[in-house]
Amino acid sequence: MVNKAPLLEIKNLRVHYKVYGGVLKVLDGVNLTVYPGEKVGLVGETGCGKTTTMKTALAILPVPPGVVVGGEILYKGRNLLAMSPRQLSNVRGREMTMIFQDPMAALNPVFNVEQQFTPVLKHAAKNHLSNKEIHAQAVLALQDVALADPERLLQAYPIQLSGGMRQRVCIGMALATRPQLLIADEPGTALDVTIQAQVLRLLNNLVDRLNTSIILITHSLGVVYETVDRLYVMYAGNIVEVAPTRKLFSNPLHPYSQGLMDAVPKLSGGGISQGISGRIPDYSHPPAGCRFHTRCSHVMEICRHQKPPEFEVEEGHKVACYLYGPKNQEAAV
Amino acid sequence: MSEAILEVRDLKKHFVVDHIGTFRRQPVTVRAVDGISFDLQAGETLGLVGESGSGKSTIAYILAGMYRPTQGRIHFRGLDLFSENGKRPLFLKKEIQIVFQDPGSSLNPRRTIAQNLAVPLQIHKPDKNIMRETLRLLELVDLPAIYMYKYPNMLSGGEKQIVAIARALATDPSFMILDEPTSALDVSVQGKVINLLMRLQSDLDLTYLFITHDLSLMRNIATRVAIMYLGKICEISKGSEFFQNPQHPYTQMLLSSIPVVSKDEEKLKPAKMIPTGEIPSPVNIPPGCSFNTRCPKKMDVCFEIDPDFVEISRQHFARCHLFGQTQKQG
Amino acid sequence: MSISSQSDLVSAEISPHEFSQLWRASRRESLGRAWYKFSRNPLSLIGAGTVLFVIILAVFAPYIAPYPEHVKPFTDFANASNPPSSSHWFGTDEIGRDILSRIIFGYRFSLTMGLVVLSIVVPVGVFLGLVAGYFQHTWFDTIIMRITDIFLAVPPLILALSVASILERNLLNSMLAVCLTWWPWYTRLVYGITTGLRNEFFVTSAEITGASKFHILFREILPNCISPVFTKMSLDMGWVIIIGASLSFVGLGVQPPNPDLGTMVAAGRRYLPDEWWMSVFPALAIVLVVLGFNLFGDGLRDLFAAENS
Ligand SMILES: Nc1ncnc2c1ncn2[C@@H]1O[C@H](COP(=O)(O)OP(=O)(O)O)[C@@H](O)[C@H]1O
Ligand SMILES: Nc1ncnc2c1ncn2[C@@H]1O[C@H](COP(=O)(O)OP(=O)(O)O)[C@@H](O)[C@H]1O
Ligand code: SF4
Ligand SMILES: [Mg+2]
Ligand SMILES: [Mg+2]
Repeated sequence: MVNKAPLLEIKNLRVHYKVYGGVLKVLDGVNLTVYPGEKVGLVGETGCGKTTTMKTALAILPVPPGVVVGGEILYKGRNLLAMSPRQLSNVRGREMTMIFQDPMAALNPVFNVEQQFTPVLKHAAKNHLSNKEIHAQAVLALQDVALADPERLLQAYPIQLSGGMRQRVCIGMALATRPQLLIADEPGTALDVTIQAQVLRLLNNLVDRLNTSIILITHSLGVVYETVDRLYVMYAGNIVEVAPTRKLFSNPLHPYSQGLMDAVPKLSGGGISQGISGRIPDYSHPPAGCRFHTRCSHVMEICRHQKPPEFEVEEGHKVACYLYGPKNQEAAV
Repeated sequence: MSEAILEVRDLKKHFVVDHIGTFRRQPVTVRAVDGISFDLQAGETLGLVGESGSGKSTIAYILAGMYRPTQGRIHFRGLDLFSENGKRPLFLKKEIQIVFQDPGSSLNPRRTIAQNLAVPLQIHKPDKNIMRETLRLLELVDLPAIYMYKYPNMLSGGEKQIVAIARALATDPSFMILDEPTSALDVSVQGKVINLLMRLQSDLDLTYLFITHDLSLMRNIATRVAIMYLGKICEISKGSEFFQNPQHPYTQMLLSSIPVVSKDEEKLKPAKMIPTGEIPSPVNIPPGCSFNTRCPKKMDVCFEIDPDFVEISRQHFARCHLFGQTQKQG
Repeated sequence: MSISSQSDLVSAEISPHEFSQLWRASRRESLGRAWYKFSRNPLSLIGAGTVLFVIILAVFAPYIAPYPEHVKPFTDFANASNPPSSSHWFGTDEIGRDILSRIIFGYRFSLTMGLVVLSIVVPVGVFLGLVAGYFQHTWFDTIIMRITDIFLAVPPLILALSVASILERNLLNSMLAVCLTWWPWYTRLVYGITTGLRNEFFVTSAEITGASKFHILFREILPNCISPVFTKMSLDMGWVIIIGASLSFVGLGVQPPNPDLGTMVAAGRRYLPDEWWMSVFPALAIVLVVLGFNLFGDGLRDLFAAENS
């Protein structure tokens, strides 16, 4: 996978929000790469900037209050941030689609399911679609997401559907256009465990079958463990660690990743850890140096002043923490 | 450990949500809780698990005295919680306290933490020094004393929930109902709240009814676990046994749905049970076993007869035709 | 602030005196922040300035007005109907009275009208809204809310006009008329807030620990109504003043020779367009005070919205 050209490359992305009484310096140089056909996870506590990253990547960041202060987002080598609205709409909705946490918010309550599909499919096919073709494609899309009786379902309104069905419809819509990249922002968070499990399994199978790349954003580590190939851990607007999923779970290096993994209650028992003390910093005055230093139990002098660079500890396993810097490496392990 | 402090027998709560029909108006009822019995031993933590809409909060609210049950009896230390004449005496309100799910709405946003904490103190400890009591409470839950004069919006979600716990402790209760106290919090914060609750339980001899939808969490804290589905308990047993030897098909489905993070945990998941379907509306509960719409092991009898709650091994009960005598009738 | 890093502060050693100091400091800080946010919007500042200006004019009218005696029965036909000049900035009326002085005193009536009306209407409206909202779906709720619906269905000016026209013509009765039309707005506002709050867990929690209804209504729910009620009061001041002026305009409010802005506009109207200053300046004076209160109210609303987010 590594030798292929990346599909999406987020480079040193910095995004601020200008709000009443200050500037929230949220994203502080995010780097994230997705290769064709790859499943990538992005985890971190609520408020660490996951949705902001995704919205910026899709060029749907609300401006104002949002401001992209720096960085680039390369989709197949072309910078999305520099594209004209027309070029952008050729990419977004056709090659790149999204699923949101709250399926109800993504569906328009006054249209039935077929009417929801119409603009999506039309946009993807540059309007060259007859109503019949739309209908046929919508039926196919609903079959993809294992919904029974698609004909009847197409006439239903969002409120007539259960939460799980709505999310399936959203997945169906997002994949109906056969995009190359799907960004799913907390797709199961609003659902019950049994339904979340079904939705994730379905999403996973479908993405595999269609060979779509996916960025799965979530605050729940369990959700990504069984799904993604590579995992990014985000803290306060920085990627603090990235590694192949199993490796990250078996050997988390960044103190934040370790804290997160430790905090998840295990089905095998063993008690509940204290978690990570403190909370996400106030983005109007983020801590200098490593943004995690205020909560870190291994904090060193340098952490307070200088932002740690990414250290590649192993092939594909990078961590932004001085514990793994050249000087510290032997001492820390 | 042996004395039962709470006995719930055949508890039902039906809500009338609407009426249908033009002339003879028929009430539409939600059977939120539909015949539940359990005991709670002093000092234990009974975990109550189920998908949303299964009636967990309704049980909590009935125990806390927010609703009267439609049917059934609840005895707390031998006293009927819902006697004929209605009002719950003050000393019972003191003994039973609740922590709610949503930390955002648990505290009055226009009053300081001290003022929020003072509400139960003024009612239940009118002769004590409120200031000293407030400080004692904050110390009890490890919050700095200066938090007294903060407003709730200056606190993080976890801190708000800790203040809500302190407020529940203000009356020196012996029984606490915890309705998903950490489900609105990040995992990184959850640990602090859970550990606090566990420490308080042993320090203050508290009995917990701990409601959650997170089975992994339950595994680590509950002495006994009860699984609820559509207003009924389908399985109840000792915590350890529960996870090693789940019996009811719904329990197995729940366990196999849990997102896990290690190989050890994967082994505990019943691999053959693939989650399917969604919880039906509690307005139209399916006849027979209410789980029959999703159950992979369903039999003909499941569509006709509601299974009994039977003891399948010591202290391990389940409601399913796979166990017990009712199987024969099918 | 993290929970753990602070736990060394946990000790009952801090004296109550130190606590009250801390509290005052935190209070000062939040007031400071509120002022900072409010002052960031120039329009709110202009509104606040205007309101303050008008209040000062009204309170110190006898010292500020150039001809205070012109508000009493007074005639000076030699100087009647003079256009604006250096001795009479806003000109004089048909019997020679200084318009500026009469406007300054006129603000006294306007503000009194607003203050009296609001100080009657707000407590009544808020109380009814609280009780009806808390006892939602009871007979009390039904009766109160039906009555407010009826009142709200009639435009306030028409209602006030019809009530005032059947009563004796004076300031008191015109205030009474405005009061009658105004309380339902507050009932509605507070009713909406209360029905939302009564299901919040902090209210439930107080109920099940055994707090009294009085405590729940006035200690738990009422404090949450204060910001929106204050905002509405500020916005309403302007409207009450307009309605009061309108009543005077048609002769139902303040009676001559007392200087009321509405009466002055009405009297000056007959001399339009030649002697425009007689009606235009009082009308502008009304616009000024109404605009001032509205801008100020908008500022308050933004402030409270920012505070709650
Ligand atoms: N529209 C917005 N206006 C102002 N601040 C925002 C906005 N959206 C997000 N933020 C800020 O950005 C931070 C990160 O938010 P978000 O990207 O939604 O995080 P996540 O998805 O990881 O929970 C939050 O702390 C929030 O305060
Ligand atoms: N006050 C009420 N009025 C009508 N229906 C209710 C009320 N409270 C709960 N319900 C219904 O009862 C069922 C059980 O709800 P609840 O006890 O909140 O479930 P849980 O806490 O397990 O998610 C749900 O279907 C809910 O819609
Ligand atoms: S009784 Fe039947 S339907 Fe119900 S859980 Fe058991 S096997 Fe499944
Ligand atoms: Mg998000
Ligand atoms: Mg609930």
